[in-house]
Amino acid sequence: MLTVSGLTKAFNRGSVNEVAALSGIDLTVETGEFVTVIGSNGAGKSSLLAAVAGNFPPDRGTIAIDGRDVTAWPAHRRAHLVGRVFQDPLKGTCAGLTIEENLALASRRGACRGFGPGVGSADRTRFRQLLAPLGLGLEDRLRDPVGLLSGGQRQALTLLMASLVPPRVLLLDEHTAALDPKTAGQILALTGDVVTAGRLTTLMVTHNMNQALRLGNRLIMMHQGRIILDLCGEEKAKLSVEDLLARFYALKGEELASDKMLLT
Amino acid sequence: MLSWYAFNGALEQGFVYGLTALGVYLTFRVLDFPDLTVDGSLPLGAAVSTVAITAGWPPALSILAAAAAGFCAGAVTGLLNTRLHILHLLASILTMIALYSVNIRIMGRPNLTLLGKPTVLDAITGLNLSYFGAPLFFGIIALVAGAALVWFLSTAFGQAMRAAGDNPTMITAQGVDTRTMIVLGVGLSNALVAAGGGLVAQNQGAADVNMGVGTIVAGLASVIIGETVLGKGGVLRGVAAALVGSVLYRLAIALALSFKLGSFALTPSDLKLVTALLVVAALVAPQLKTRMRRR
Repeated sequence: MLTVSGLTKAFNRGSVNEVAALSGIDLTVETGEFVTVIGSNGAGKSSLLAAVAGNFPPDRGTIAIDGRDVTAWPAHRRAHLVGRVFQDPLKGTCAGLTIEENLALASRRGACRGFGPGVGSADRTRFRQLLAPLGLGLEDRLRDPVGLLSGGQRQALTLLMASLVPPRVLLLDEHTAALDPKTAGQILALTGDVVTAGRLTTLMVTHNMNQALRLGNRLIMMHQGRIILDLCGEEKAKLSVEDLLARFYALKGEELASDKMLLT
Repeated sequence: MLSWYAFNGALEQGFVYGLTALGVYLTFRVLDFPDLTVDGSLPLGAAVSTVAITAGWPPALSILAAAAAGFCAGAVTGLLNTRLHILHLLASILTMIALYSVNIRIMGRPNLTLLGKPTVLDAITGLNLSYFGAPLFFGIIALVAGAALVWFLSTAFGQAMRAAGDNPTMITAQGVDTRTMIVLGVGLSNALVAAGGGLVAQNQGAADVNMGVGTIVAGLASVIIGETVLGKGGVLRGVAAALVGSVLYRLAIALALSFKLGSFALTPSDLKLVTALLVVAALVAPQLKTRMRRR
């Protein structure tokens, strides 16, 4: 379970470039809940995920994972609780290390790393079994450097790595945005499988309203560092893209009306 | 051409400085941390080893002491960078400069001789190997150190260290503090270099505070020349390239010194220029290769 309360963060505080990324976010995600997060550019979606992952300390507010207050913990200390997949497919894996070495690194997420062999033969067997269902042929390329893989293959691998040690919270930050539509579809299907199989508590940021509606059992919309819409269960299931757009415009209210006037 | 004697000498030098090349490989290639501390930690190792032997320590133990001192020097650079947020290059230059004073303090003077004192080479003097002895002895040491480094980098811990150099975002998300890895990695690199410095001092029979000048360039030249010959990719290949490169570098230097054209000959003071040209040539070679292929 993830509990965020009163989370506030401004970047470049005190300068002319001050941006309020998060303005008092309150959010409780129950265990096993799969939340999709949408919103326009600069709405604070990625900042929310980065704050949960521990990339920066918030100005105000607290973050608790499974009841433990992790607000003051640096990112590496939270890693045993948090699994991450980034927008950039190059971010989640090490190009110079082999597929099996990357998986081995992920299999020790948040654990002590000693001086035993990095990859053992038992690991190899396990990794092959894990990779085979992807249908990408990676199970026969364990010793290839990850730098040889395509963006889609690397993203699939990152997803697998993020869930190798089941995380208490899985953070997916527009993880299909950099991929071509076909590959994006495959990664999205894989996301659904991984989350369902592990019953993972998940936050997924996306720009794609279709994705946001199709996946997950709860949807939140962010705008200017706030959550402006929060739908779950039946309400979310019945929603269409048109409904969503209509509610988006309605909630954004006046500011948007003036934008519209500017545009027309 | 190169005399048999000069060839042997180059081989010996290549292996003695092999540890330095391994250290440079660890920082430049594995950690992606350009570390100039080595110019100070090589004489540091030499100073510690020489002083320890003078105080009656066994020569082999003095090498371990040198490595420990080198580790501390590297850790200082790592801490300056990770905790005080000083640019890595500058942090290493600061440590290097500071070590100059430290090294003179350790020796009590700018240089110290080992004349008549025991050295690690005493182990093979009884074996009657004539002038093969030293290259063979230091070759074995370099190979053992190289093998140890390959082993270390393949352990779970070593993998995390490589990942910290390759992709800090990724390894942080896997629960590793990259700052710790940099401090330990740069420390380990300088431990190798300082151990190399101890060997150099025992081999040439003296430690000198200025003996470290150009260590980084020589080490980098070794790594790059080795990569040009053996190619890139993988820890085993990288470590082998550093050692092969170290020997090739010393051979190239010996070859340059034996070069005569009429009354013109290169002198030892020309070596820095030769080294710089060598590094440029080794850096450009891969580019030329791809350009040729494109045509």
